[in-house]
Amino acid sequence: MGVSSNPAVGHEPYLAPRGKVGDFLARLRGGDEIAHLLTLIFAAGVILITSLLVYELWINSALSRHTFGWKFFVTSVWDPVFNHFGALPFLYGTVITTVVALIIAVPLGVGAAIFLAELAPPRASDMLAFVIDLLAAVPSVIYGVLGIFVVVPFVRTALGPFLESTFGFLPLFKGPSYGLGVLTASLVLTIMIIPFIISVSREVLMAVPVDQREAALALGATRWESTIRVVVPFASTGIAGSIFLAMARALGETMAVTMVIGNDPRISASLLAPGYSIAAVIANEFTEATGALYLQALIELGLVLFLVTFILNGLARLLIVATEQRGGGTPA
Amino acid sequence: MKSFKASAILLALILFVGTAKSQTMNAAGATFPYPIYSKWFDNYHKLHPDVSINYQSIGSGGGIQQLKAGTVDFGASDMPLNDELLSTFSFKIIQFPTVLGAVVPTYNIPGVSAVLKFTPKALAGIYLGTITKWNDPEIAGSNPGVNLPANDIIVVHRSDGSGTTFVWTDYLSKVSSEWKSRVGSNTSVNWPVGLGGKGNPGVSGVVEQTPNSIGYVELIYVIQNHLNYGLVQNAAGKFVKASLESVTAAASGVSAKMAQDVRISITDAPGADSYPICSFTYLLIPQKISDAGKSQAVKNFLRWMLTDGQGMVEALDYARLPKAVVGIEMRHIAEIQ
Repeated sequence: MGVSSNPAVGHEPYLAPRGKVGDFLARLRGGDEIAHLLTLIFAAGVILITSLLVYELWINSALSRHTFGWKFFVTSVWDPVFNHFGALPFLYGTVITTVVALIIAVPLGVGAAIFLAELAPPRASDMLAFVIDLLAAVPSVIYGVLGIFVVVPFVRTALGPFLESTFGFLPLFKGPSYGLGVLTASLVLTIMIIPFIISVSREVLMAVPVDQREAALALGATRWESTIRVVVPFASTGIAGSIFLAMARALGETMAVTMVIGNDPRISASLLAPGYSIAAVIANEFTEATGALYLQALIELGLVLFLVTFILNGLARLLIVATEQRGGGTPA
Repeated sequence: MKSFKASAILLALILFVGTAKSQTMNAAGATFPYPIYSKWFDNYHKLHPDVSINYQSIGSGGGIQQLKAGTVDFGASDMPLNDELLSTFSFKIIQFPTVLGAVVPTYNIPGVSAVLKFTPKALAGIYLGTITKWNDPEIAGSNPGVNLPANDIIVVHRSDGSGTTFVWTDYLSKVSSEWKSRVGSNTSVNWPVGLGGKGNPGVSGVVEQTPNSIGYVELIYVIQNHLNYGLVQNAAGKFVKASLESVTAAASGVSAKMAQDVRISITDAPGADSYPICSFTYLLIPQKISDAGKSQAVKNFLRWMLTDGQGMVEALDYARLPKAVVGIEMRHIAEIQ
């Protein structure tokens, strides 16, 4: 959308009236036109790549789309032998792991960012921020290994039995815990996405002008009141941005999820039961998939993942707009 | 001018001879035979410096796709191509078994250190979800003296598509009609029960970590990692431990039938010493190779692979082809044009 704002526009009235070509050349010499053109190409490139991606996924899943139609979204069978394919269990697994991970990660991440930006001594804050940026750069397979050796035994022997004995009356925590499952995948995702939320939110909070804080303090607010009433709302759009980034990573995460989710395409109300995600099944089955329909069903799953990301991002943005309007006049 | 002409001719000659002599071929496919294939291609290149073969272990499915698209000279697959799949190719393909692999059950039951014996019924029942406890009579009956617990069996299978799963499900389809009609055999199936682990290390890792679990992994993997694995009852009723010899024995048992079709499944093979869960892995060679030099190079390599090449496989824990099968394949080489 940055395409529409033309940086050259503001300069036009100051140029002496010349022919169109001369006008263009003059601006070219000034560098404005080149900058405009270049940035336009970059911005258009993003859109081009996105549409090319959708186009390829669409074209290469034609057979599967025609065979299953809309039923693809509501069928919960995935049977490569008898060629019945449905996306529902994978769709469910992808959304539920992301949602659970966000429910845990957002309060923790934003809380930590507020501490680092507002309350911690600047030196300690900088050091911690460095470590957090390091965490954000750790490859996901490392988190998967961490999941297998730490989170899986923890869930199987401690967290799972505890949840079942305490909250077992809820269908959410019913049944035996194998260690591998939706909850474990969500926890590993939580660990993976928290650095993103902290790192970006901290930067945004620190970028809030000092005047804002001083004004609040001058009006008699305590430090905490100025933080929570003034600084955080001021930075809310940026914090929301960090959450989108985290959500996108959680939705598309493949390696770490497939290592701990149990890879069982069944929908269970219990978070302790094994599940499956879209990215995981594509990574698992694509290389050995033979037969056109099987392959195309996997490609259609890729299309579904794209759609899910699109919809969830849209919903999250709507949510932000709605809360901002209710809050009234929150600076963007 | 004359010297220029002469040198140009000479240069062309050198280039011509150069390209005619050296053959670089690309192949792609199965990951299971990758260690032996890379050793073969490497050794063959040392013996014949003019022939080099690049092999990419991208998986059988990927190998088949690339062969179909013509981006590789030949492919490799753990699963023989059936007629339906072959009909999607625009050219004819000859399939060459290269080595044998086997799949074994591995388990983790706290307090049980004995090597368990599994009947076909027990394995099918466990993977169908009809046998749910370790002390089920079907398991306990073939393991007298072993104190099996009354715990739930946790079933583990491969989550990634793989030739290992194909062999395992092919075996279960043969020994259980219910499995055949409900689940069937493929590189991935719709599992009635169980957790999925990625690759051999994934499955064996989950089994190691999870008490009362059972999984299946490649024989090579358990040999190289010194893991314990169960015995399986063969078609003759004998409980057999998987080994390179018992796998080759299974292949010998069916080699007579291979003269008509090399794609024959060797799971649940007859013979007192045959291990029942094993299979060939295949090279997929186009019958017509337009480049005469390439065609000759492929033929020479296949001949070498079936003779000297077979001598190298056991060092890498693959089972070698029975003599009768080598004879059949030698005849098929002549069909390549």
